[in-house]
Amino acid sequence: MDTFIRSVQDRIVAAHSSKSPVVIHGGNTKSFYGAKSIGEAIDMRGYAGVIDYQPRELVLTVRAGTPLAEIESLMDQEGQMLPFEPPHFSAGATIGGTVATGLSGPRRAYAGAVRDFVLGTRIINGKGEDLHFGGRVIKNVAGYDVSRLMVGALGTLGVLVDISFKVLPKPALETTLRFEMDQATAIQRFNEWAGQPLPISASCWDGGCATLRLSGTNAGVTAAMQKLGGEEMPSIDARKFWSSLRDHGQRHFLSTDKPVWRLSVPATTPPMDLASGAKQVIEWGGALRWLAADVDAQLLREQVQRVGGHATLMRAAAGVASGIRVFHPISGKLAELNANLKRAFDPANVLNRGRLDNVSS
Amino acid sequence: MAAVLNDSPTDEAAQDRGIHAKRQQLARTLSRFLPAAAVLTAAEDLRPYECDGLSVYRQLPMLAALPSTTVEVESVMRAANAQNVKVVARGSGTGLSGGATPLADGLLLSLAKFSRIVRVDPLARTALVQPGVRNQKISEEVAHLALYYAPDPSSQIACSIGGNVAENSGGVHCLKYGLTVHNILKLNIVTVDGVSVTIGSDALDSPGYDLLALMTGSEGMLGITTEVTVKLTPKPQLARVVMASFADVEKAGEAVAAVIGAGIVPAGLEMMDKLAIHAVEDFVRAGYDMDAAAILLCESDGTPEEVEEEIDKMEAVMKAAGATACRVSRDEAERMKFWSGRKAAFPAVGRISPDYYCIDGSIPRGALAHVLRRTDELSAKYGLRCANVFHAGDGNLHPLILFDANKPGELEKTEAFSAELLELCIEVGGTITGEHGVGIEKINQMCSQFNDAEREAFFDVKRAFDPKMLLNPGKAIPSLHRCAEYGRMRVSGGVMPHADIPRF
Repeated sequence: MDTFIRSVQDRIVAAHSSKSPVVIHGGNTKSFYGAKSIGEAIDMRGYAGVIDYQPRELVLTVRAGTPLAEIESLMDQEGQMLPFEPPHFSAGATIGGTVATGLSGPRRAYAGAVRDFVLGTRIINGKGEDLHFGGRVIKNVAGYDVSRLMVGALGTLGVLVDISFKVLPKPALETTLRFEMDQATAIQRFNEWAGQPLPISASCWDGGCATLRLSGTNAGVTAAMQKLGGEEMPSIDARKFWSSLRDHGQRHFLSTDKPVWRLSVPATTPPMDLASGAKQVIEWGGALRWLAADVDAQLLREQVQRVGGHATLMRAAAGVASGIRVFHPISGKLAELNANLKRAFDPANVLNRGRLDNVSS
Repeated sequence: MAAVLNDSPTDEAAQDRGIHAKRQQLARTLSRFLPAAAVLTAAEDLRPYECDGLSVYRQLPMLAALPSTTVEVESVMRAANAQNVKVVARGSGTGLSGGATPLADGLLLSLAKFSRIVRVDPLARTALVQPGVRNQKISEEVAHLALYYAPDPSSQIACSIGGNVAENSGGVHCLKYGLTVHNILKLNIVTVDGVSVTIGSDALDSPGYDLLALMTGSEGMLGITTEVTVKLTPKPQLARVVMASFADVEKAGEAVAAVIGAGIVPAGLEMMDKLAIHAVEDFVRAGYDMDAAAILLCESDGTPEEVEEEIDKMEAVMKAAGATACRVSRDEAERMKFWSGRKAAFPAVGRISPDYYCIDGSIPRGALAHVLRRTDELSAKYGLRCANVFHAGDGNLHPLILFDANKPGELEKTEAFSAELLELCIEVGGTITGEHGVGIEKINQMCSQFNDAEREAFFDVKRAFDPKMLLNPGKAIPSLHRCAEYGRMRVSGGVMPHADIPRF
């Protein structure tokens, strides 16, 4: 395994001196996400395996190329989970890709995002240096939090090598409730509920129906069910429902001929009329809204920005080169700070060049 | 803790003249946009700022500014930047690592006047607050909404939210509710060149790199925070605590692992050893078991149904793990009583010793028994008593070394003891600071925890925000030169050479 990492280091050192880009990847299950990046491929799947898993410490350390499914099944045996419920999208997703994209699933609004559970990383920066940040303990404030900076950076700041996570026990009981209600009511209710001590772990509004997942102790979940009412979903259906939402399955994301937009907005934002008649799916208590529609990207971004959010082109329509920027543009001093950081970690701009298209280099 | 060589007297005099001129120049500029009372230059006015909560390090700043608006902070920063003056930001000054220790040739920027809660949004469960707002005041302000701000560092009655952001402060409930980084959404920062930037957003994520995480815990070295949007958490309906006694510390450590192993995430899980138990019991009469070698406080919170189920489980685990006694708080008054001892641990230790020195290492919980044994050995070696208070749930140790600063050499022995303990934390896979920050206190041990390339990467991050290195320089990240010096000073026996020369 050391030789694998040394060879990656050598290739990055060479790339750095020749200024020729490399494309770092795992299972390519999220290659649709982000702008196109061209270069010599570095496949991290050759660097896989669990380095250390101490269920009683609630800490897991893994190599970046480890399949997500393998990690989840190992943790399942210990009654534990990655609390951010990462999407797989399709078979073969790796933990490195999970951290690089920083995408979290339905539990995110209630348990936290990928970045909230990353305790430490070992990376190779754009100069080929092998660096460790953070660690394997839950509280750690030695040095800047470079580990969390890696989350969602799409490999543009460093090659993820090893990653340590805080993990949590699985809840003793989970149940899913459904309520018929319109979008505005659902957004209002989701926010009201989240302000009460209820064991909510996921929420979704889709096609006139609000769906709520409760997770916790037997007594806690049972009491909450009595309080909330609604119609209980059979558990097999419920599992399918949430995994389809997490992985953008057919049930929720019918459209493949239209681009899918990811709108991250303040949770209390009222329903947004963004494209007449276009389907919207709402998650995270109102803070995440999916839109499948042909829209004017700039107009959409202006509308979303006005409410304090941002819009990402999650998936272009199949077979269409859109020419639209994937990530919401940033400007001014904030853009300058982002560009400075990119240059600090990758001065020759060789790591996944251009993939994060709102950060210049 | 590193040796500083005294400059020769003539150099000092020249330096003083230089500082005086710089002080007058910056004071003149600042007085153009700040009221006279907000620019302090006289030694007696600067005295209150000479140290933070780590009072063994003292230094008068060159001057102090007390702006009251973001626009004023922008102007101050533009002026300081133009005149190449270093800037140290300060909240309530309760920090324990010397992060807000002033610089003799620097401006002390106090954010004490930023003490307003600007806006509370009950539906969104957020509050927009100024950085000088005290941590506990946020919870008090939103109590009528049955909400609170979760991170609760022990200094929460006094510490400011801006300081919490700078240090990524935790508290006794962070295993379940997270640290500052998990409980803030958005910041307004003023950059070193005086430009306001919004970091994060009112949504759950924002475009570009995760600068919100990077800012949190950056010890005032990347920007000046002038606004913080915090998340508010629904107040649990009920909390109860199990207090378990153990005949030896190791058994208590195993009980901690067993609680986690049983799939429980306690709201709080704290351990105290015999010396700490005796010190607090004599002080606050919390009803602690004086025969125990260690006690655990394990809290459950939530709805009454959740708490009942979890408390039963916790009690069963404690008993199975060999607890010699187990008590569960019957009401809120008794819960507060059980906690009163833990919360009074520092002042209680202060009563039995003229001085004490608090360590903040974090370790994997599995290494607890080993680390406590080694702590005992070091305690014997240095002839200094050590009381152990431990955020057991998240592996954060707070050994309190008891010493008397008036006894010659005792502070130096304490520092050497502390340095060895921190090295031990690194050795077992932990970290030198769980929640108090590096500041100037632990800057030497950063040389052990990170290698040259890693420390250089930290400086690269700093330069990305602060190319002239004007924001709180000399804190948190040691220079290559400093680490080389430290390497030469470290000796395996633990005794620092040249114990008689001045140290800071």
